[in-house]
Amino acid sequence: MSMLELRQVSKVYGEGAAEVHALREVSLEADTGMMVAVMGPSGSGKSTLLTIAGSLEEPTSGQVLVAGQDLAAMSRNDKARLRRQSIGYVFQDFNLLPGLTAAENVSLPLELDGVGARKAHEAALRALDGLGLADRGSSYPDQLSGGERQRVAIARAVVGDRQLLLADEPSGALDSANGEAVMRMIRTACKRGVAAVIVTHDAQLASWADTVVFIRDGRIIDQTAPAPGPESLLGQDR
Amino acid sequence: MEVSVRHALLALLSEGPKYGLRLREEFEARTGEVWPLNIGQVYTTLQRLERDGLVESDDDERDSPQKRFRITADGERELSKWLRTPPDMSSPPRDELVIKVLVAMRLPGTDVREVIQAHRRYLVELMQQWTRIKDADAGYDLALGLAVDAELFRLGAVVHWLDTADGRIKRAAVEPPAPPREDLPRLKRTTGVSP
Repeated sequence: MSMLELRQVSKVYGEGAAEVHALREVSLEADTGMMVAVMGPSGSGKSTLLTIAGSLEEPTSGQVLVAGQDLAAMSRNDKARLRRQSIGYVFQDFNLLPGLTAAENVSLPLELDGVGARKAHEAALRALDGLGLADRGSSYPDQLSGGERQRVAIARAVVGDRQLLLADEPSGALDSANGEAVMRMIRTACKRGVAAVIVTHDAQLASWADTVVFIRDGRIIDQTAPAPGPESLLGQDR
Repeated sequence: MEVSVRHALLALLSEGPKYGLRLREEFEARTGEVWPLNIGQVYTTLQRLERDGLVESDDDERDSPQKRFRITADGERELSKWLRTPPDMSSPPRDELVIKVLVAMRLPGTDVREVIQAHRRYLVELMQQWTRIKDADAGYDLALGLAVDAELFRLGAVVHWLDTADGRIKRAAVEPPAPPREDLPRLKRTTGVSP
């Protein structure tokens, strides 16, 4: 089932001579359990694509469907609820609230959505446990390493019953080993049925995805179709 | 590859005497089965090592699976020297991909950025396959992880070069670069492209 669908989405900033076409007729689909990577250089429109997919910004034209629902047909309140309940975001700079503990950061989206404090806290601890942070729930962000902060951000993005994970350069400034750990976590979330869209300029991160979509100057120009299974690489005489 | 099989076999023999078949199994296991080896290759390499005095065998039976090999003192010295000798990376290789991009840049009616994308897609598809191997293994097999990482870093570096070339070509179309200075060294001969 398609969890996210962009149909002919365009985004124009400014007017007249100052007009900038950030996205030009972009179509994209992410199914349940799939990871899609959008790969492109800075200024290619990949971050705009993600904010529009997450209903944080409106397209100039075209349609965005989340879990089959057309965002344009939804009220502001419904969209806000969809953002809280169905979509998880991971940003490059993690965006954790410094005055809250790891567990409070993770439970926040549930509490904002009206889930009782105790239930939300329990769900937060479960999400942290799933990412190997069971003993860090009461630590504040500045007491955590970069890799731990990013794991908290991922726990916050998948807590509760979120079905769509949107991540912008999710391994940020992390080293290769921590970057790989982050991608393994996103893959694990996908195996549980989450659809993930990550945007990155890094081919190694993108290679964790089922499909890599290439974006240049606001246009999707190409996508990968890797041969299934590793058999074609292993066991061949080279 | 030939050279590293030779030294990989020496390394395995430095742990103690072994039969040819066992050497093949251990070689494949320790390279995470990324580099398969046929038994013929093993015996040919062992014969050469024996000729060079780096290994010796138990008996004179030719190519018998019962033939056991052990490393000699010269072999130990050769292995130790090889481990510490950096492979030659000093001269720019004649990189086929670089040549294709340089040719595409000069060929009328050819969109060099489209050529770049064709190569980029192929490389990222290969990287997806390697990453899938890593994903399936979940990090348990250290040798496999290291061998796959080496491939991913190598392919990733080529993609990085293509991305940089793409960006440079895009900028050059907007602001053409200044004419080359006469006193700068010319690289054309080493990249194998005629002007």
